[in-house]
Amino acid sequence: MALLETKDLGINFGGLRAVGDFNIKIEDNQLIGLIGPNGAGKTTVFNLLTGVYLPTEGSIYLNGENIVGKKPYEIVQKGISRTFQNIRLFKDLSVIDNVKMAFHHKMNYSIGAGILRLPYYWKEEKEIHEKALDLLKLFNMEKLAYATAKNLPYGEQRKLEIARALATNPKLLLLDEPAAGMNPQETNELMKTIHFIRDKFQIAILLIEHDMGLVMGICEKIVVIDYGIIIATGTPEEIKNNKKVIGAYLGE
Amino acid sequence: MKSKLKPYIINTVAIIFTYVILILLMQTGIINSYYEGIVISIGINIILATSLNLATGYLGQLALGHAGFMAIGAYASAICTSMMNLPDLLQLIVSILIGGIFAGIFGILIGIPALRLKGDYLAIITLGFGEIIRVVILNMKITGGARGFRGILPLTSFNSVFWITVIIVLIIYTLINSRHGRAIISIREDEIASEAVGINTTYYKIFAFSLAAFFAGIGGGLYAHYYTVLDPASFGFMRSIEILIIVVLGGMGSLTGSIVAAIILTILPQLLLDFSDYRMLIYSILLIIMMIFRPQGLLGKTEFSLTKLFKITPNNKERSE
Ligand SMILES: Nc1ncnc2c1ncn2[C@@H]1O[C@H](COP(=O)(O)OP(=O)(O)O)[C@@H](O)[C@H]1O
Ligand SMILES: [Mg+2]
Repeated sequence: MALLETKDLGINFGGLRAVGDFNIKIEDNQLIGLIGPNGAGKTTVFNLLTGVYLPTEGSIYLNGENIVGKKPYEIVQKGISRTFQNIRLFKDLSVIDNVKMAFHHKMNYSIGAGILRLPYYWKEEKEIHEKALDLLKLFNMEKLAYATAKNLPYGEQRKLEIARALATNPKLLLLDEPAAGMNPQETNELMKTIHFIRDKFQIAILLIEHDMGLVMGICEKIVVIDYGIIIATGTPEEIKNNKKVIGAYLGE
Repeated sequence: MKSKLKPYIINTVAIIFTYVILILLMQTGIINSYYEGIVISIGINIILATSLNLATGYLGQLALGHAGFMAIGAYASAICTSMMNLPDLLQLIVSILIGGIFAGIFGILIGIPALRLKGDYLAIITLGFGEIIRVVILNMKITGGARGFRGILPLTSFNSVFWITVIIVLIIYTLINSRHGRAIISIREDEIASEAVGINTTYYKIFAFSLAAFFAGIGGGLYAHYYTVLDPASFGFMRSIEILIIVVLGGMGSLTGSIVAAIILTILPQLLLDFSDYRMLIYSILLIIMMIFRPQGLLGKTEFSLTKLFKITPNNKERSE
């Protein structure tokens, strides 16, 4: 059984069919690129998968369970987490608090235990404090743990958002243009980091990238959409030589 | 482990010190019964302001009907006292708890429709709610209508106000520094991101808002048993605004800020009693000056900390700033 499978997924905004007949299969530990020109519907696919938008048709199966209609936070708890195209951090909070937020649903102490600071509170808070630091270390950000998120350089903010998404302990991580706004060197490093994350955490990653050259290097499978419809699926080699894909990109 | 205990010791000492000083001043008559009334008002205002801060400063939802919850708590607890006959302290505690619970239930009832949606619906709905409550109280028999509710037992004392205020502030403080408080703050920071890291934002919005209402109800209960007379006119829109001004002035998201501002804004009108007609004008000017020179409020989002004042290494696990 695939980790994630969509069946004829689609959504209309008024008259506009932003995404339609969207069928995709993601296996455990797979790294898949989702590419397509601007406005093709990539972010909309993420919003559908994460429950931000309710699809007008089709279904989404996560480990065989249809998750259509579930709330975004429920879907996170079931194992899909994401980053945003326009970074969404808790800007005024520290870097480490940003990460700690994402452990919330894995923690157990009750409101009363938190208010009374029972031993369980200290134990769990200590645990997630260390876990958050460990995660930041992976991204070479432990020195920034107490910096305010909004004061980080752009590239670090992107990394923090990925770290935060990982903290939710996903089975599938959705990254929306994580390299946007980065210079080529930063982008290169990021792509390596993404590869590393996949291997280290043994998770599947669906990566949106506007620039198709970038994903070719690291993804084993690529899905290309244009005007909300999948126009090609295959290995980077296959995609490179696909006439429709070349057309969509040249026609842009 | 040792450094974990230090802040507790320091703060406990500070609280007891404040209490003892106030008691001594009262026993020696330096604080006479008139000043004692001001001290009690300060305590009640601290409860109202810190609870509103929970909803507005930490959760980030503008609420304009805090006086409504205070009124519910005041009347419910007054009615409760008039119907029961327990020993004084127990009666006060039971009554204000019932007042708080009533206010909290109304908080949930208002919160569910207003907070399920993203956006600032709460401001409008609480604004309407505050007025509706006032009008309903004005027209009910059990509340005494426009004549007011009279003859409430004077059960509120300096002692009860002091310790209840301390308890409520501590509860809000430790809540805010727990995972649940983090969840509440994350909603203020970015509701969509909050949901995207697995936080049930609707639940926490309703929880924080109704807890704020609950504490406002307790504040109202203490108020009722201190003044012994309740007049619906004293729970109008302007009262809600006064509480909001305390929060804004002290800093949205700072409990110590709310405490300092509550002290200042309770004493100030007493000093300016001759100008009482101009009270709102003075408040407005104060607010305007504040907005120009210190828009984040006296303390912004930070807390005044004795531990830091005494240069003790801060505990990293605290959200210390
Ligand atoms: N909430 C919405 N309401 C109306 N139209 C939308 C909404 N979200 C996306 N769209 C439209 O759907 C199309 C795809 O957008 P998007 O998924 O953001 O593209 P991409 O991420 O591939 O650049 C665009 O035409 C966009 O205007
Ligand atoms: Mg996009």
